[in-house]
Amino acid sequence: MNLNFTVADQAFRKEVKNFLNENLSQDIATKMKADFELSKVEIESWHAVLHQQGWLTYSWPKEYGGTGWNSVQQFIFEEESAMAGAPRILPFGLKMLAPVLMEFGSKEQKDYWLPRMCDGHDWWCQGYSEPGSGSDLASLKTSAVRDGKDYIINGQKTWTTLGQHANMIFCLVRTNATGKPQAGISFILVDLATPGIEMRPIQTFDGGKEVNEVFFTDVRVPASNLVGEENMGWTYAKYLLAHERNGIANVGISNQKLTRLKRLALSQKRGSKPLAEDPLFAARLARLEIELRNLETTNLRVLDGFAHGAGPGPESSMLKIIGSELEQDFDDLTRRALGRHAQAHTPEVFEKGYNGPQVAPKNMANQSTAYFNKRKVSIYGGSNEIQKNIITKMILEL
Amino acid sequence: MDFQPTQEHLMLSDMIGKFIENDYNLKDRISAGNSELGYSENTYKTLAELGIVGALFPEGVGGFGGTGYDISTVFEALGKGLVNEPLVDSALASGYILAATGQDALIEKLISGELRVALALIENGADYDWELPSQMAQKINGIWTISGKKTMVKYALGTDAIIVSSTTSSSEGISLFLIETGADGLNLHSFLTVDGGSASDIEFNNTPAILLGGEGQSYDLLASAIARNTLAVCAEALGIMDSIKNMTINYLRTRQQFGTVIGKFQALQHRTAQMLLEIEQAKSAVTNAANALEASTDERNRSIAAAKYSIGRIGCFVAEEAIQMHGGIGMTWEYELGHFAKRLVMIDHEWGDQDHHLMQFTTF
Repeated sequence: MNLNFTVADQAFRKEVKNFLNENLSQDIATKMKADFELSKVEIESWHAVLHQQGWLTYSWPKEYGGTGWNSVQQFIFEEESAMAGAPRILPFGLKMLAPVLMEFGSKEQKDYWLPRMCDGHDWWCQGYSEPGSGSDLASLKTSAVRDGKDYIINGQKTWTTLGQHANMIFCLVRTNATGKPQAGISFILVDLATPGIEMRPIQTFDGGKEVNEVFFTDVRVPASNLVGEENMGWTYAKYLLAHERNGIANVGISNQKLTRLKRLALSQKRGSKPLAEDPLFAARLARLEIELRNLETTNLRVLDGFAHGAGPGPESSMLKIIGSELEQDFDDLTRRALGRHAQAHTPEVFEKGYNGPQVAPKNMANQSTAYFNKRKVSIYGGSNEIQKNIITKMILEL
Repeated sequence: MDFQPTQEHLMLSDMIGKFIENDYNLKDRISAGNSELGYSENTYKTLAELGIVGALFPEGVGGFGGTGYDISTVFEALGKGLVNEPLVDSALASGYILAATGQDALIEKLISGELRVALALIENGADYDWELPSQMAQKINGIWTISGKKTMVKYALGTDAIIVSSTTSSSEGISLFLIETGADGLNLHSFLTVDGGSASDIEFNNTPAILLGGEGQSYDLLASAIARNTLAVCAEALGIMDSIKNMTINYLRTRQQFGTVIGKFQALQHRTAQMLLEIEQAKSAVTNAANALEASTDERNRSIAAAKYSIGRIGCFVAEEAIQMHGGIGMTWEYELGHFAKRLVMIDHEWGDQDHHLMQFTTF
């Protein structure tokens, strides 16, 4: 047993750090560290930088243009990126659709779609949830009916993150309404410019506009856009979930939040002393730091297990639960640390050229909004209750 | 011992409930809360006309209430409808101070809703500690002026006057000053609050002021005034939690997943049960505090600290649990829950958060 990063890992970390130093715009990093929504252009510009470097597809196997990094290197890259305030690589195309295409897609699909998600041609969004199918995803009703060389899609998807920027959506659709619900689902790719599609924004209670609902009325999609076999979509979606183990725990983001919070605790005052010296606050902070140290090792242990042939078991679910709750806890404690100023809502400080007065420190100007917004992380991607069901189903074998 | 509300309190509570049901549209509240002023002046005037401001003050100064139970009854009822007109921030504590310092003409106008007075007590770097204001007041040729900064003055926009705390060159005790909002040397930087409302950072520059009460003698007065505001936001939180509880129960009874209503799932049943019993504990904490408002200073302070700690802890728990149990719908602007949750969590940031009051409790 040796928990130290190897010399090679350390050199790799340095390389990533240098790259981030030289290439990441401070404007973007500031917004990221304040959990402020990025524009489409800002996200695309970071994708382009990574693509140029060959790192956009860092998580892909080498034969598809990946970096060939091992799981520890991938972990280091994610951690350093988050610490520096780099935008997160949009997962929908590169991390969710791509692995499914690689495993189950046709050669034509791979050759066509994979390069396009790298060079910025396509912005993918996800069409899984429906108004009546949230936790119970398998009950989804959006139908795809075969008609000659096409499928005709009717129904509604919801909670489509950043759909407003997307030109493509991958959907789970019902192709068979009889039998077990899971057995009648297919995985299909849809061009959002197709007639009959309407995308409407859903404003979240923190004021954000990142999710959407998508309506499909007699939308004609070429059958060649079906991934794999008809009625096998559920298997593909599950494959994805079980293989999503890198990045899911958000260790890097929580580490960045820890650093930021420690700095804040030194500058904030309680009763004329630094907040860091307040015993109750110090205990809260210590608890979170301990949880994060534990999680970092849990995550690395899982990665190591996979490298040695373990899984996939309940590990992804475990990492998702702990990681999402810990990220929320950091946002919660940072909000507390701001004291009275947590109530101020001043997004204008992020406007270009703003030099008016500030109520809270700039990197904290969005903190309460971020805290409320991050309630979503224990809800989306399979709520934490569903993740617990997955874990116990595997363990109890009842 | 009698835990039953009096006839008067039932009527007061019913009247506010009817006002909310018939005349208080939550959509309008949300748009008012996100307007520049952060609230609706019309709604404020209506509340005053209904006598709700009067219920916060004793008969001796022109009101018809003013006890701890009067205050908790009013704000619990207002909280149920998420009413955010600034009764706490522009009337309750400031009116108490005006009444105690003999400003009879002003308190009369305040009760009728014609006058609103904000409180500027908080300074950068002092946060929840209002006990140690800096020396902002200066007396030259018998005339007081104020210079310096206060932060997070809630609802300063739209008020007629501001009460400012300060020490003076001859006393380290707290002095209170009254400043007209239209006075010279007043610079407001106003902004919205995340829970729908407005606040300002205020810079005073030789602003003319009137001393309220004795120089350096207002610590006890301010403590009593703040105890009232603290009780009020605790009761408001209780009302909010009651509404959140109802929304959550209703959702669990109607939302279908896996072929049944989600309230059938034991995991959610137990969490709901936990939420309900925590809310009962919060209600007891507020009852204790309301009961102790007229008790000895020590007993009052202990009870207020216990209530604000309990409300802070339970409020955040209830807000987070309710959103989680609702799932995605609980995250939307359109659904009412999120707006209640924002206010509930932000109450922990007003008049001292749960950690602040937990520490306070250890010192009594």
